[in-house]
Amino acid sequence: MEDFFQHVLNGLNLGAIYALIALGYTMVYGVLQFINFAHAEVYMLGAFSIYYANKWLHLSDHPGWMAFGISIAIAIVVCSAVGLLIERLAYRPLRGSPRLNILITAIGVSLFLQFSGQAVFGADPKLFPQVLMDSEIVRFGQIQIRSFDLTILGVSMAAMALLHFLIHHTKMGRAIQAVRHSQTSASLMGINVNFMISLVFVLGSSLAGVGAVLVGLKYPKIDPLMGMLIGLKAFVAAVVGGIGSLPGAVVGGLLMGLSEEMVVAYLSSTYRDALAFGLLILILVLRPSGLFGKSQVEKV
Amino acid sequence: MILFVSVGALFLGAGCTNKESSKEASNQILIGQFGSLTGAEATFGQSTDKGIRLAIDAVNASGGIKGKKIKLITEDNQGKPDEAAAVVKKLITQDQVVALLGEVASNRSLAAAPIAQQFKIPMISPSSTNPKVTEIGNYIFRVCFIDPFQGPVMAKFAFEDLKAKKVAILKDLKSDYSLGLTEFFEKKYKELGGAITSTQNFQTGDTDFKAQLTAIRSEKPDAIFIPAYYTEVGLIARQVRQLGITAVLIGGDGWDSPKLFEIGGEAVEGAYYSNHYSTESPNPATQEFIKAYKEKFNETPDGMAASGYDAAGVLIEALKRVEEITPENIRKALAETKQYPGATGTITIDENRNADKEAFIVQVKDKGLKFVRTLAL
Amino acid sequence: MKVLKSATFQLFVFSILLATLSQNVLNPYQQLILSYVAINVILATSLNLVNGFCGQFSLGHAGFMAVGAYVSGVLSLHVQIFQGPIHFLNFPFYALVGGLAAAVAGWFVGMPSLKLRGDYLAIVTLGFGEIIRVIVLNLDSVGGARGLYGIPGPKGISLKDFGIPFELSSFFVGSTLAFFFAGGTCVVLWRLTRSSFGRAFLSVKEDEVASECMGVNTTQTKVFAFVISSFFAGVGGSLFAHTTNYLNPASFQFMKSVDVVIMVVLGGMGSLTGSVLAAIFVTVLPEALRPLQQYTGVDLRMVIYSLSLILLMILRPQGILGTKEWSDFSPFRKWVGKR
Repeated sequence: MEDFFQHVLNGLNLGAIYALIALGYTMVYGVLQFINFAHAEVYMLGAFSIYYANKWLHLSDHPGWMAFGISIAIAIVVCSAVGLLIERLAYRPLRGSPRLNILITAIGVSLFLQFSGQAVFGADPKLFPQVLMDSEIVRFGQIQIRSFDLTILGVSMAAMALLHFLIHHTKMGRAIQAVRHSQTSASLMGINVNFMISLVFVLGSSLAGVGAVLVGLKYPKIDPLMGMLIGLKAFVAAVVGGIGSLPGAVVGGLLMGLSEEMVVAYLSSTYRDALAFGLLILILVLRPSGLFGKSQVEKV
Repeated sequence: MILFVSVGALFLGAGCTNKESSKEASNQILIGQFGSLTGAEATFGQSTDKGIRLAIDAVNASGGIKGKKIKLITEDNQGKPDEAAAVVKKLITQDQVVALLGEVASNRSLAAAPIAQQFKIPMISPSSTNPKVTEIGNYIFRVCFIDPFQGPVMAKFAFEDLKAKKVAILKDLKSDYSLGLTEFFEKKYKELGGAITSTQNFQTGDTDFKAQLTAIRSEKPDAIFIPAYYTEVGLIARQVRQLGITAVLIGGDGWDSPKLFEIGGEAVEGAYYSNHYSTESPNPATQEFIKAYKEKFNETPDGMAASGYDAAGVLIEALKRVEEITPENIRKALAETKQYPGATGTITIDENRNADKEAFIVQVKDKGLKFVRTLAL
Repeated sequence: MKVLKSATFQLFVFSILLATLSQNVLNPYQQLILSYVAINVILATSLNLVNGFCGQFSLGHAGFMAVGAYVSGVLSLHVQIFQGPIHFLNFPFYALVGGLAAAVAGWFVGMPSLKLRGDYLAIVTLGFGEIIRVIVLNLDSVGGARGLYGIPGPKGISLKDFGIPFELSSFFVGSTLAFFFAGGTCVVLWRLTRSSFGRAFLSVKEDEVASECMGVNTTQTKVFAFVISSFFAGVGGSLFAHTTNYLNPASFQFMKSVDVVIMVVLGGMGSLTGSVLAAIFVTVLPEALRPLQQYTGVDLRMVIYSLSLILLMILRPQGILGTKEWSDFSPFRKWVGKR
């Protein structure tokens, strides 16, 4: 029974990270109606940026909240920059092209970043610098709550809350919502659509950056292909929750994390990855709009 | 039009590369090496490559074999089995090598060996331990011990030396090496009277093992056997300690890499694994090798480098013994290798084309390896 | 002499001619590359049917290739109908069975998925491709993670036992088979796209709602395209199995599907000729670039691939040939006449 609670905790942790990354996918889909495959690579680059930053700044020599804060800041800046670049160079020229083309481009960018990463960083795994020390906080018999777990949950919740605040309680957020609804109308209302779209990318990528630091702390092994699998699962989470819906991404992420943990614990780790795909297919066949999405009627 | 021309040019280009090599063949001995120079387990291939090059450069510097120098053609298989098969085919059919050196990982060796056997080119694996590799045919050799030996060795060490009566196993479902080693360990360990509390599994590339380790934690084993590659072992070790499990960690030669300490950090301190050699071995051949390696590469060689060095060494020694350098003659000479003084121990190739050697048990201490003992069955 | 006009016979002759040519000009390694070219031609043209002609984005082609490869491989390990000099006839049989198995898989995947729109379909097919791969990975009977090796390839033909000094090397037989399959695929798909089915595909691609109004059963059409495409993917997989003699689930990852997509996009979605050309280009390029890897020590091939994909989409999304075929170029017009 104790194990079960530990599994629940593990699952929630995993889920929080998926949620952070899923938000990025869902936000971009909300405004541009396409799947930003490259999002996972933005996340990967965030992790590597801290690895290299550490070589210069020696953050891991003084682990603590200061180092942690700096890492998060660096990751956010780097990821936002990468996200912006991708949007400008690869996606903007294709605004208005058939959806297929954009999709292919997204795949192309994703692959390009992965393999350039391999070429530049080397394909072998590296160690993410430990900018925060882990320790046990509470213990109920065999169930542990470690400081990392709390940090991850805390920081992800804070990030999501911030996003929610931005979207629903600021003028900028209102503008983003308008662009999601209809780009043409929004521009007629005087909103700089291009700027808003770039902003969406920045926000989504920043979340990925935060996620990268959190994952790096918990699972310190990083390599250029680390984004692929986690990106896929986060994407599935976004779809399950209803792509385009922010609360959906969060719920989807947590669900994904929990089910993955349970499957590995009680079935077999063989099915860990297959679960993601299985869930995806299930939801797309049964309820394509996801848990929180609205089913769209195609008008002629 | 431009397209047709460019396609045609590419075609010819891919073809032209082979015309030159045939001229040089007469005064050079072409040896092919295939390894994982890039990819997830890159240190395996890189270390092996250095060991091989050390041996070949040494023999070339002293005049070569019967006046001919050895030319080493190296291909990177990026850690992928089908790429291994493709580059081996290229080495054999295009580069026309007379012998092959490779690979470290059993699944790449298993992909390449049928091809070497089909074309009757002798292949020597420096450190693939899965027994199936040499079973493929009489042209396939190895200079290391095999898992039916390594598994029981670790089982014996765990039961008798570490006095571990209960062991949990965490194996990698995607790795042939891991599955094979688990099988042999389990059999011997149960024979000795030990109990396996459970066998958990994961897959190459996984980063989260909390679920499996939580289950293991409740079983309170004395030791956890992790027959996998260093790439996952580091992370697993960390999570083992994070969950508060105090059991001893034991493993096999797949752990052998300088990256193990980097990724595993404090968590791997005190762990034991079986290896092909140890830097503290009193064997003169070993110490000579270590000295030469340090001089050339400025670092301490790991087990893979030593195995690579010995694989090349055994091949060179066989080349010296043949009358005429043909693949068939090389094969015969290799099969007759007796008491070759290698850096990893004395190598005699038995009738199954495996090397009969003892294992070195090492312990991780202070980000380095400490020699514990040698073990044979 | 009606048989002389039959397409199968002409195809056979063509394959033999091409094989003879390559036997005399190229070394075994290059012949191997040609076999890979043939495999990729089959894969690219079949995927083009779904992605290009029908406008549905499938990212799971590797999964069907895997089904065909494994079924064909396992079959060949246990069943050999033709013995002796006509041993090579076994392989069309294996390919047929592999293709059929893949077609069935295609039907299972297509039925639920083809109701979905663009990006969703892409992801679902990707998912199915991966699921197929994971299933194979866990099937120990076909080797699982360690792979299936020792798959027989075409043997040479020797009539020495009959007293006739006629011998063909296994490379020759293998190449002939490869070209035969590739040629056959092209011919079948060419005829298909120029039939009423082909027009149905195109109409679905242009506007589904309008097609439905015109009486085209869009779902059935899409499923049909999918099944045919999977069949040929299976044939390609079978050829792959017998050429490399070793199968490992790692060869059928998402990357493989992406490879084929690159070929289709590069050649032009909607142009079979383009797919053939792109397949040749994409297969030969990495081999030609191999020396580059030795110089730089890193694998730049995939980097170049992905970069070219991006640039292609931005600068020339219709690929090399767009929707044109070889018959659209003036010297050939006279042969084929206007479409």
